Amino acid sequence: MSISSLFNTAGSALTAQAQRMNVAASNMANADSVAGPDGQPYRAKQVMFQVDAAPGQSLGGVRVSDVIESDAPFRQEYNPGHALADDKGYVSMPNVNPTDEMINMISSSRSYQANIEVLNTGKELALRTLTLGE
Amino acid sequence: MAQKARPFLSMRRRAPDLVLLSKQGTRGKHMLDRLDASLSFYKQALDMRDRRQDVLAANIANADTPDYKARDFDFRAELDRVLGASPNSSGAPGMGLNTTTPGHIGAAAPNSVDGTTMAYRNATQPSLDGNTVDMDVERVEFMNNAVHYRANLQILGNQIKSLRAAMQPER
Repeated sequence: MSISSLFNTAGSALTAQAQRMNVAASNMANADSVAGPDGQPYRAKQVMFQVDAAPGQSLGGVRVSDVIESDAPFRQEYNPGHALADDKGYVSMPNVNPTDEMINMISSSRSYQANIEVLNTGKELALRTLTLGE
Repeated sequence: MAQKARPFLSMRRRAPDLVLLSKQGTRGKHMLDRLDASLSFYKQALDMRDRRQDVLAANIANADTPDYKARDFDFRAELDRVLGASPNSSGAPGMGLNTTTPGHIGAAAPNSVDGTTMAYRNATQPSLDGNTVDMDVERVEFMNNAVHYRANLQILGNQIKSLRAAMQPER
């Protein structure tokens, strides 16, 4: 392994965390989207992380293996005047939990910063190694 | 040339080229070995620090992956193992086994650090998703390793500088 593999590992983590932040932002933005293109309310999405190791290796970076939709039940809001209200007067709202999304954002940004630190340290060590013997 | 009764000169006249070549050959080989030996310890230590850097970076990258177990290895034990594999205790590079027939198994001095015994880090706090990476522990270890890497580079640089100063001609 070399310094470049260090960059690949930290870089993969940055990509994965950025995707996670994107998904959290998308969930927050669509927290009130009653109907999507398919007519159904918006379902909260989540990313699944997986170790991204070369075959035969046990170590590696991280990658997003899947973006799954949450199976939590839709939030029912009583609004009989709404155009999409059912016969009991309830409208199905997206199953987005803002607390979960904020926690995701905080945790994801903390991981992002830690990986930036890894990248900077790796870069500095590589540059110092190049000046060896001078 | 005057024919004096000096046994050494008479030996030289019989097979001059062979004796001279073999003398120079062995002298040169010893010098290069000693040059390599003075730097080999720092080279091995630097390789191991580099490898540990990769392990810790993988831990930090996988801080959110479910069921990921944080890994690390005992630096001192692994360095002793890699250095101990060279048979010479003074630190000279280990000599490979001489294979004279096809059936002999040669053992070369290890240059890579493959075969490192990796251990799992003890989990400080339980977590719901099976992840055992504690970001604070990993970051501290990463910083510690980086400082050691820099110190190693500094010492190695000083070694090389002193070797080069020793190679300067006398003024």
